[in-house]
Amino acid sequence: MSTWAVEAHHVVRTFNDGDVRALNDVSLNVPTGEVFGLLGPNGSGKTTMVRILSTILAPSGGSATVNGFDVVKQPQQVRKSIGLAGQYATVDENLTGFENLRMVGMLNHLNKAYVVAKSRQLLEDFGLDFAANRITKTYSGGMRRRLDLAAALVASPPILFLDEPTTGLDPQSRQDLWAIIEGLVEGGTTVLLTTQYLDEADRLAKQLVVLDHGQIIAQGTSAELKAQMGATVLAMTFATQADAERARPFLERLSDKPLNVEGSVLEISVDRGPATTADALRLIDAEGIAVSGLTLREPSLDDVFLNLTGHRAEDVVAETSPPSGRRAKRKART
Amino acid sequence: MNLPSPLSTHSTFRWAVSDVLTIARRNLLSLIRVPVTVVFSIIQPIMFVVLFRYVFSGVINVPNGDYVNYLIPGILVQTMIFGSVGTAIGLAEDLQKGLIERFRALPMARLAVLAGRTISDMFRNILVLVVITGVGLAVGFRPGGGALAYAGASLLMLFFAYCLSWGFAFIGLVAPNAEAAQAIIFPLIFPLTFASSIFVPTLSMPGWLQPFANNQPISQTADAVRGLMLGQTHDHSTLIAIAWGVGALLLLAPLSVNRYRKAT
Repeated sequence: MSTWAVEAHHVVRTFNDGDVRALNDVSLNVPTGEVFGLLGPNGSGKTTMVRILSTILAPSGGSATVNGFDVVKQPQQVRKSIGLAGQYATVDENLTGFENLRMVGMLNHLNKAYVVAKSRQLLEDFGLDFAANRITKTYSGGMRRRLDLAAALVASPPILFLDEPTTGLDPQSRQDLWAIIEGLVEGGTTVLLTTQYLDEADRLAKQLVVLDHGQIIAQGTSAELKAQMGATVLAMTFATQADAERARPFLERLSDKPLNVEGSVLEISVDRGPATTADALRLIDAEGIAVSGLTLREPSLDDVFLNLTGHRAEDVVAETSPPSGRRAKRKART
Repeated sequence: MNLPSPLSTHSTFRWAVSDVLTIARRNLLSLIRVPVTVVFSIIQPIMFVVLFRYVFSGVINVPNGDYVNYLIPGILVQTMIFGSVGTAIGLAEDLQKGLIERFRALPMARLAVLAGRTISDMFRNILVLVVITGVGLAVGFRPGGGALAYAGASLLMLFFAYCLSWGFAFIGLVAPNAEAAQAIIFPLIFPLTFASSIFVPTLSMPGWLQPFANNQPISQTADAVRGLMLGQTHDHSTLIAIAWGVGALLLLAPLSVNRYRKAT
């Protein structure tokens, strides 16, 4: 028995007869009992990885095990070991919350009495008992995600795959979901989480890999990734782009972290936000350049990407097409 | 936690049956929740009954003279076949919504999504059968074959439509969405249902069309159903219809299952 909950060795997945390489030689080890983050923009290959690990999709190359079972050779054992929930919140809209959970429980081949009791308990735990007998078409986005997650938990799997569980959710629903995930990990569940949000990965995941164009471009703890980035991003708005460019050489001296000018906005990653801001203002004022706006913010995935790859995370979306029209359509729906 | 034991002692086979029933139950619940689909699948054949019974019947000549008795068994067969289009639409929608993905990540029997779907659609066909029989009786349909023969004819129709629905299942899995599935199926079933003995005797058709119209499976089924319901012997059409059904099932079920394995 392996010590890793999930192991992937040189996983490759191509689409359209090899034209699209969604995953290119991805290897990772997910330790048992932790949240492991798969961070990357849309089209980076996160969802493809989850689909391979949950036996929905076969890898074109490489191998992977989940809970010690090979995803290609022992798919039924893998399916018994996992729960899957994600951004599409695939609940049956015409069934009630309870009926959805019961269906998934029965399809997990659990004893009927257990399924009924467990479904009721999960609905209660996730604050959905008031809507248990309502058709899920009437559920809000946050309720749907919670139900989707509950469905993944009916069979109490040791390993949970969460594919962008909070994408598109309002802040309160995100917080709720995060609390639930933390509770699960405390209970011993291993979670493989994909996300586009650095703050989400930061809050939940111990270890992270960053995916771009189907390849791992960075890995480590979230603290390690952040240290690479700098703790804060200082964004200064100038009257014109020319002013921003004029300020660039002075501000570059302040930090060894990346600096970026887009239009009239200059962004620079710094370690000590407030102190560096004061320095920056002094320097620019001395040069007689006017600053019209200034913000300090936490670095985002976008900043990490800019730092690691030299391109913004959003740029990737346009050039990486999803594997099929059907998925594209679903993406558009969310 | 005070929960019963999650473990179950059922065999693999019993679980496969349970999976099929779980999926069929889920589909039937959806049907009840969205009754519009069912209502429409009943209104359409009623319109056909009224149209042919009262508008076209004057210009259609049938051997025994009583067109309503010729018509209703035909409409029933047509409705079963049109109803099975729902198999394609339902599967295409499940795929589109990502439900099939969820099912594929569950340790359930691979066959269950398709078998559950075709079975729940057969239940819908039973409902339609009962309603249209009632409508038929109301407009003067008088089957003379007796209750047992009527039940036999009904079973034959349901069986034939069930076998065919595996082909529609395949189309539902291949089509990019539900609308496309419908668009693919219509040109396939239109010639089969209208160039057949469903509405008019094939003898009234041009000579070049008759060999096709006489021997294609839907005509054979319609002839067999009509023969049973009216108490008229009709060569070997019952056996031929059963043979078509079995053949279709043997060909289409593996095709669909294979497609399901690959569908994403």
